Amino acid sequence: MDKFTIEDMNLYYGKFHALKNVSLNMQENKITAFIGPSGCGKSTLLKSLNRMNDLVEGCKITGSLKLDGEDIYGNMDVNVLRKRVGMVFQKANPFPMSVYDNIAFGPRTHGIKNKKQLDEIVEQSLRDAAIWDELKDRLKKSALGLSGGQQQRLCIARALAVKPEVLLMDEATSALDPISTGKIEELCLKLKKDYTIVMVTHNMQQALRISDYTAFFLLGEMIEYNDTDTIFSSPKEKKTEEYITGRFG
Amino acid sequence: MRKYYDTELQELNNQLVEMGALIENAINHSVNALKDKDVAEAEMVNELEAKINHKEKDIETFCLKLILHQQPVAKDLRLISSALKMITDMERIGDQAADVAEICKILSKSSYVHNLEHINEMAEQMKKMVTQAVNAFVTKDVVLAMSVCKDDDIVDNLFVQVQKDMINLITQDSSKGEVAFDLLMVAKYFERIGDHATNIAEWVIFSITGDHKLSGK
Repeated sequence: MDKFTIEDMNLYYGKFHALKNVSLNMQENKITAFIGPSGCGKSTLLKSLNRMNDLVEGCKITGSLKLDGEDIYGNMDVNVLRKRVGMVFQKANPFPMSVYDNIAFGPRTHGIKNKKQLDEIVEQSLRDAAIWDELKDRLKKSALGLSGGQQQRLCIARALAVKPEVLLMDEATSALDPISTGKIEELCLKLKKDYTIVMVTHNMQQALRISDYTAFFLLGEMIEYNDTDTIFSSPKEKKTEEYITGRFG
Repeated sequence: MRKYYDTELQELNNQLVEMGALIENAINHSVNALKDKDVAEAEMVNELEAKINHKEKDIETFCLKLILHQQPVAKDLRLISSALKMITDMERIGDQAADVAEICKILSKSSYVHNLEHINEMAEQMKKMVTQAVNAFVTKDVVLAMSVCKDDDIVDNLFVQVQKDMINLITQDSSKGEVAFDLLMVAKYFERIGDHATNIAEWVIFSITGDHKLSGK
């Protein structure tokens, strides 16, 4: 079943045409990877999925982007959209507060005040992000004291705490060591049973290892979109072949 | 751009071409040994077989190094994985050419009482298949590779013909049983070499197109 349906999408930053006639459907409970050289529009498309681009001055979008058939840029409440579609960034960005308060921040914002309920959400979110065992005795400690890999998994737990349907990951492991990267990749594979994941990555092997579908972007155009194994074994487009084999440019 | 990587892939290509030349040579010598009862030709096959085995190990090591260092994808992955599969078939062709040469040494002591017509025809057809499979790889020619797959039927049919020839020979003169049996073994090795040439052609097709063309075996 399609979670996102994008048709004839164009995005402009002022006069710059950043995404050109992009159409693709992304399936529920699958991991979709966006790949392509810097500046190709993959992060721009990712951010459009929960309207993070609304904050960019001069950003204009045409075409249609739907979440479960509902127009993202129509009458949908942006706060509801961002609750349904969470995001994890390249650089871990824990709030300067305790581990517990980082996770409880979102649920509190959405009106949950009950201590027992919050305790349960914090534990479950940390468990889902495969970091409960490491942090259960440090819940009151500052999140800023965690390692980079722990901080990133904390951010994933924070995103999960508001029970989203989709997790957007913008190069979420690019600043991490191989062990932390491995943990987050394992986590993605576990999480896709319950969530739809869309990720931007520069790591071809990572896209190969964990994504079900891959879209290749170049200069604002989606050049090729297919199941990941086909993209990396027998891409149809010469430009895709050149990029993934490192002969681009 | 990955110039060093491209140079290494070219080197892999060259190594495969060299191994292809070695197996063509081995087959030619074993066929000559059979036709001319030439033990010296048969001895040369043994030397070539050792070189073929050595080359297989070299290419295998090289492919594993490329996989480890370059993490190939797409056409590079297809080339390297096809190379790994092709060299197994090539090495088997070397073994079978050597097996034929060994039988030729035994046969050279007896008189060929029977017309070798169908076996000679098999040998020519099988040599053509191997040469064309190697050429298809060198020139990246899918059509040529497909023709190799089709030609396997000709070799298979000739083998059935040789079987009948040998049965007739034994029926007519039971003392020729041993020679007939040796010649039948030679024909069987030729038939197997045809199968290996077909496998090579199939891997050539895969490395170029990404599709497995099964010859219906």
